[in-house]
Amino acid sequence: MKTAITSTGNSLESKLDRRFGRCSFFVIYDTESKSVEFIPNPNKENVEGAGPASVNLIASRDAKKVVSGEFGAKVKSLFDSLQIQLIVLNDEEKTINEIIELLNHNK
Amino acid sequence: MARPKRIRKVINPPHFKGYRPLGLPEENNPVILNYEEYESIRLSDFELYGQHEAAQVMEVSRPTYARIYESARRKVAQAFVSGRPIVFEGGKVYFDSEWYSCTGCGCWFNHPSKDQEIKNCPLCGAPDIKQYHEDNDQSAIEDVCVCPKCGKEKKHLPGTPCRKEVCLDCNSFMIRKGGPHHYRNGNKNY
Repeated sequence: MKTAITSTGNSLESKLDRRFGRCSFFVIYDTESKSVEFIPNPNKENVEGAGPASVNLIASRDAKKVVSGEFGAKVKSLFDSLQIQLIVLNDEEKTINEIIELLNHNK
Repeated sequence: MARPKRIRKVINPPHFKGYRPLGLPEENNPVILNYEEYESIRLSDFELYGQHEAAQVMEVSRPTYARIYESARRKVAQAFVSGRPIVFEGGKVYFDSEWYSCTGCGCWFNHPSKDQEIKNCPLCGAPDIKQYHEDNDQSAIEDVCVCPKCGKEKKHLPGTPCRKEVCLDCNSFMIRKGGPHHYRNGNKNY
């Protein structure tokens, strides 16, 4: 199962990005193959509609969970209708590596 | 102007777009089934809820629910009998799922697929999760029940008529604030 994580940078040491729609990078982590993919967010500078555009990007990668700091008002109903689970983490100091370890520990 | 429609809560929207009849040439005259109508068929005929319960789940009154359900059944019958496709589309709805919190890693998460019960945190796998209840519900229309004797007010719950709500202070039945009964009882300043 694939999980999307919002990241401030493109390495495993980067921290979680608080914002969902305008984060710097999306990390797509596959719990089965253990593959990690970094995607630069094309919607980072959007004035409007960055959230829904990012939802599309994540849905096109078949992720079933999304980890971020917070989600905007337009996003939750979209994810609900796509049956994608939202996980809100208020800990900005967590690195991508730590989140991936948590997900592995879960399996 | 007509009273605005209360926004209906849909917990489980369909994950496909509709139905097409077999063995007929392609026809472009589909029956549009609203999401609220789909949800009413799911609640009444799949989950086997009573109309009262189903109305409370959808956050509308019992008579409104009955109208939605009747319209849904008629549309389905129309499609079956005349062999038209069904398309799920539109309706004044919002999609919702409940929030949970995990005490293990301090995260919050929701659970969009209602079919399976959630037991473990999706991030750290800890079983210490609890459901979050939102009390300050921000609906589009705020209705209030009021006691005609002592004037005590209470938030109206869709699905429970105001006249069946009992005032906790003087034990009389309540009425809708600003409604015709409220007006007739001499309270003209609303």
